[in-house]
Amino acid sequence: MTTIASLHIGELAYISEESLNEIPLKLLEMGCLPGAEVELIQIAPLNDPLYICVNGSHLAIRKETAAKIQIIKAK
Amino acid sequence: MSHKKIINVALIGNPNTGKTSLFNELTGLNQKVGNYPGVTVDKKEGSSKLQKNLKAIITDLPGTYSINPTSLDESIVLKTLLNSKSEKKSDVIVVVADIDNLKRNLLLFSQIKDLEIPTVLAINMADQMERKGITLDIKLLEKELGNDVVLLSVRKEKGIDELKKAIVNTYHSAKAFPLCNVNNRIDPAYFDRLKEINPKYSIYELWLMITHNSFPDTISREEKSALLNFKNNSKNLKKYQHKETIFRYQKINEILKNTYLVDRSKASDLRSILDKIFTHKIFGYIILDKIFTHKIFGYILFFAVLLVIFQSIFDWASLPMDLIDAGFANLSSYVDKNLPEGVLTSLISEGIIPGIGGIIIFIPQIAILFLFISLLEETGYMSRVVFLMDKIMRRFGMSGKSVIPLISGTACAIPAVMATRNISGWKERLITILVTPFTTCSARLPVYAIIIALIIPDQKVFGVLNLQGLTLLSLYILGFATAIIAAIILHKTLNVKGTSFFVVEMPDYKLPSFKNVFIDVVEKTKAFIFGAGKIILSISVVLWFLASNGPQSYKDVEKNITENVVHQQLSQHKINQMIASSKLENSYIGIMGKSIEPVIKPLGYDWKIGIALISSFAAREVFVGTLATIYSVESDDEDITTIKQRMASEINPDTGTRRFNFPVGMSLLVFYAFAMQCMATLAIVKRETKSWKWPLIQLFGMGTLAYICSFIVYQILS
Repeated sequence: MTTIASLHIGELAYISEESLNEIPLKLLEMGCLPGAEVELIQIAPLNDPLYICVNGSHLAIRKETAAKIQIIKAK
Repeated sequence: MSHKKIINVALIGNPNTGKTSLFNELTGLNQKVGNYPGVTVDKKEGSSKLQKNLKAIITDLPGTYSINPTSLDESIVLKTLLNSKSEKKSDVIVVVADIDNLKRNLLLFSQIKDLEIPTVLAINMADQMERKGITLDIKLLEKELGNDVVLLSVRKEKGIDELKKAIVNTYHSAKAFPLCNVNNRIDPAYFDRLKEINPKYSIYELWLMITHNSFPDTISREEKSALLNFKNNSKNLKKYQHKETIFRYQKINEILKNTYLVDRSKASDLRSILDKIFTHKIFGYIILDKIFTHKIFGYILFFAVLLVIFQSIFDWASLPMDLIDAGFANLSSYVDKNLPEGVLTSLISEGIIPGIGGIIIFIPQIAILFLFISLLEETGYMSRVVFLMDKIMRRFGMSGKSVIPLISGTACAIPAVMATRNISGWKERLITILVTPFTTCSARLPVYAIIIALIIPDQKVFGVLNLQGLTLLSLYILGFATAIIAAIILHKTLNVKGTSFFVVEMPDYKLPSFKNVFIDVVEKTKAFIFGAGKIILSISVVLWFLASNGPQSYKDVEKNITENVVHQQLSQHKINQMIASSKLENSYIGIMGKSIEPVIKPLGYDWKIGIALISSFAAREVFVGTLATIYSVESDDEDITTIKQRMASEINPDTGTRRFNFPVGMSLLVFYAFAMQCMATLAIVKRETKSWKWPLIQLFGMGTLAYICSFIVYQILS
């Protein structure tokens, strides 16, 4: 399963429809929607949390959350 | 509609939209701001004149991204909104949005609209539109939203009158209809059944009640149980919430497609060029963040920032503090000499003036601390610190967001405890609340400052670092370290359930607005001074009373001494000193101090320090004021000196050496580092945890720790 947690820094991807019900409501509300482009900007020391840019919002989320959000990597 | 002269208006919006600045602008400085400094955590109210016969009571709600709450802060918003049709109703809601993140802001707007309350959309930071290359078709947007839209620029004080007009218009027209009609798009039959249960409320209100178990105060028990019953038979709540959000974004995208255009290539002026560099994808988000959140440099920088803050507090504040100290000593002696002798003069010169001096002396240090905290928040650096620290803090049972309360705790534990409201997990929040009072608050600073000045030489080490500053830094580190150790213990032992959810917005880096920072510092300092000041001043007066009155033995002092020394060759000056000293010993406060002396003697303290300790349990900073009162009562009026000099010349009669020597000073520093000596904080912890259990645990746990550690320190050093 490819999720945001498996992205490398600087890598781009799109949030897939599949995990829709796994995405916490709060993240959806902050713009983390299926189809939205997501980029991993930085990983905090100790590999957690992750700093992502999605739909124009710059957010920090924990790895456990990121691991729930499935993505399709951009070519 | 009946004509009334006062209407209720609520301000709501995402964090970082300038909502609080708008609130300030509308209500001026005569608002009922929460008594404590810190970000908007409590309901704040103020009044504003809308037009000739119409006044508004304006409520500033905590910043939130959505009505659906994940933290205590946000549940306050939901609760207020659900109550908005009862007697505490809001006539108009102003949704504050910022032009840059309009899409995300409109999500909240669409939720508010669906509550069917008259609403105004205020889009802030409109002055930045041009240089950000944004164009917005207001007329079309108003039409599409079916709502009044006002462009604002709060920092430049533009659009405020237009907003007031729009509030009045919206109030009179009382237009209120849903924007999204989510029910039709998800499962119409289900929502029809929901509406049938209670037609008094809108579908969206009922939906919020069942999804969050949050009900208006006016709802009857039958109505509530009917809704809960319906909820228990619904399977798809979560799925529907997701669908709802997606549908809202579809609707918003549709609306913005024709009204909101961005062309980032246009831009101008110096500030915007700098802003542009900071928000530039490569430089701002890649290079700056690479440095600030780097595995090694990130922490080094953070530590350096803390070091600069603490060094500045000590260096910059020492001169004004000495001046204030000396100034009040002079004022006191001036009053004493120039007013007719009597109880009133004594009250003023020995009770009130030292009391006020004890408050004013805080201003330099507090202002510097608030200045730095405000700067760190304004620039966007604070969010990076949260990001850096989250994983580490989680090991201690806290959240990255706990860093802000812990740093704010260096100003005052009260706003810090309140700032924990945005931590979503109850256990993370509780641990943060419990350990925050270990961080070195500014009320400890005057105590530390005076003791450090007495026992640590004013020397430079390695040519640059001030030894006194280093001692202060160690005390800060001691406070943080104890907080962390306490957190680990609580993390392992507390059996508290609760899920946590963590998401932090990383705002653009930006140059701080110096006007904003200035107002922020002034307001917070003022709030602190007046809040803590009342306690300090009243305790000063009570202490003065207790020190200048006593039982019969107190009244006999003068007679006894005069009789005893009549055959000795003593100067009048010496006799007066003996009388003053003996009077203090026999006063009420002397008796109180003496009765606890056996308990505190193993820590190296005498009854005078005992008096200061007793009064410190009302608030730590009173320590200095108390000693000032004690020694000014005791000293001869002929040679009024500063409190520091008075303390330095105090002799321990058992040893004949200085009372405030190194072991006693260290023991006191440790005691003040650990003991929970602040009534106001205990009251806030009780309010925030809704139980006396936690504040009592703090009081006794920290008190025991303080006693044991001070005992060990004193016994080893002496």
